[in-house]
Amino acid sequence: MTSTSIPTAASAPARGRRRRLRQYSGRDRAALTLMAGVPLLLSVCLVWLPALATVALSFFNWTGIGGFAQMKPAGLENYRIAFTIYPEFPPAIEHNLLWLGVFFLVPAPFGLFLALQLHKGLALSRIYQSILFLPVVLSLALVGFMTELVFSPTEGLVNNLTGHAGQNNLIDWLGNPRLNIWAVLIMACWRQTGYVMILFLAGLKAVDPSLQEAASLDGANEWQAFRHVVWPALRPINVVVVVITVIESLRAFDIVYIINQGTNGLELLSTLITTNLIGETSRIGFASALATILLVISLAFVLPYVYSTFRKDTRP
Amino acid sequence: MSATTATTPATARPAATPAKTRRTRPARMFLHCFLIGTCLVWIAPVLYALYTSLRPYADTAKHGYVSVGGSYGFANFSTAWNAADLPLYFKNSAIITLPALVITLWLASMVAYVVARHSFRINLILLLIFTAGNLLPQQAIITPLYKLYITVPLPSWLSDSGHLDDSFLGLILIHVAFQTGFCVFVLSNFMRTIPHELSEAARVDGASEWRQYRQIVLPLCRPALAALATLEFTWIYNDFFWATVLMQTGANRPITAALNNLTGQFFTDNNLISAASMIVAVPTLVVFFVLQRQFVSGLTLGASKG
Repeated sequence: MTSTSIPTAASAPARGRRRRLRQYSGRDRAALTLMAGVPLLLSVCLVWLPALATVALSFFNWTGIGGFAQMKPAGLENYRIAFTIYPEFPPAIEHNLLWLGVFFLVPAPFGLFLALQLHKGLALSRIYQSILFLPVVLSLALVGFMTELVFSPTEGLVNNLTGHAGQNNLIDWLGNPRLNIWAVLIMACWRQTGYVMILFLAGLKAVDPSLQEAASLDGANEWQAFRHVVWPALRPINVVVVVITVIESLRAFDIVYIINQGTNGLELLSTLITTNLIGETSRIGFASALATILLVISLAFVLPYVYSTFRKDTRP
Repeated sequence: MSATTATTPATARPAATPAKTRRTRPARMFLHCFLIGTCLVWIAPVLYALYTSLRPYADTAKHGYVSVGGSYGFANFSTAWNAADLPLYFKNSAIITLPALVITLWLASMVAYVVARHSFRINLILLLIFTAGNLLPQQAIITPLYKLYITVPLPSWLSDSGHLDDSFLGLILIHVAFQTGFCVFVLSNFMRTIPHELSEAARVDGASEWRQYRQIVLPLCRPALAALATLEFTWIYNDFFWATVLMQTGANRPITAALNNLTGQFFTDNNLISAASMIVAVPTLVVFFVLQRQFVSGLTLGASKG
């Protein structure tokens, strides 16, 4: 199978492409258009147009009541408010950055390490893998509940095991605005590590085993083999992990929203947008400005990644 | 070259030579100890939640949550099941998740077919639109989406509010629109590994494009579709954000979002909330453990871009 498919991929399409283009009948062309068109319409209408509209709305003031006539142009006012006088904005940016930094420093390397160990084909490997992956299957909302269960000051697992549940030496993990972000991050890392691990495991399976064998026959030790054989071969998956890490830390929402709706030390851009949108006073223009900031940051990572991934092999 | 990657996952890992095994045995023991320790830490919160859920509130109130003693049983589970209307919310989740899953996979497989089996100029743009769309933060599109949802009218048998918001259809649509991107990404990688001779032969026999998709390419994609079904089931079932914002009436909420109301309702009774959490996690756990093998190999195919 391998031997026949390589030459096909290399030579036949070059000649076949032009020939095939002319071969499409009207019905085929209609079928192909519909097959791509219907999903495209859905994605454009429900994802991309709203994304553009978010950018547009960020330049208006609007409570969302009374139709479009009530929209008042605001210029850059919403952004000015966000950057200068909105007290929750600086902590939210700080927390998002902290989230990003911690995700890069803890779950990414630890997930890679665990994947490398599990890839050695140890006995019980599958059981370890299932347990480490378990938190990923749980919803983030459930992880939010578990955070309360584990870190609750008087009843939680951590304080009771470390003897900090008493009145004199109580550590208020979830109520203290300087501590609660760390409690939440511990649980977020708990989940993220398994996610990164499974991505790296999948990537390791695609690394040519004969390369590793050759390296060990040449007398490379484990670190050398990793550094010179496995790591370069993992390059595509590394890019995926970087993007997932960035996206997941920008998307962070559920855990903090469950705990206190993103207030009192748990502010994130995502929760600020949500509270400004569905709170008592809905400030759509302002929420959109925050969302646009979030959108710009994520597109700065997503678009170069997606473009470089696809550019090199869109040919069939 | 992408054509070669399909065969690599099937190749067996090289067996460790006996000499190497002997040399590394102490290291392996150490590694096992380390992994067992890590796994114990990893599973501790889940076991703790499970343990809590098995005890009545009165016992934990008396002895503290981290304690042994008192009675154990499944009373919290039955209370949560009945008092929190879990059957209703499970039904809601099923009504949302299953159609969303099927439609997502179906639409994504069609786009992937067009993109992976043909070379049109527009392919790169199509892939960009779908994949990048899936990576956007949900909060970046929610404001206009919400406005759109409360203005688009629906007949009353489809929606209690008379609009797309608070309707099952609305949630299904946004899941489909959002998740198609990831599936297109994985499926188009997979379809590229299917030999082109198959399509050539079918074309010579006069098969239309639709027929080639339906009867040749789609059946061959079964492993990738199974892997995606597992992943997408988990993601759609676990969704919290869309349901929180687009489904503001409680009765139609899927189970994960509805659970949030429980904290308000039974605030102090962590035992009951733990039991409810355990019940809510059951479907994804079952799906994951049943389909684990396909799941990892399916991801491999999506990840192995060279």
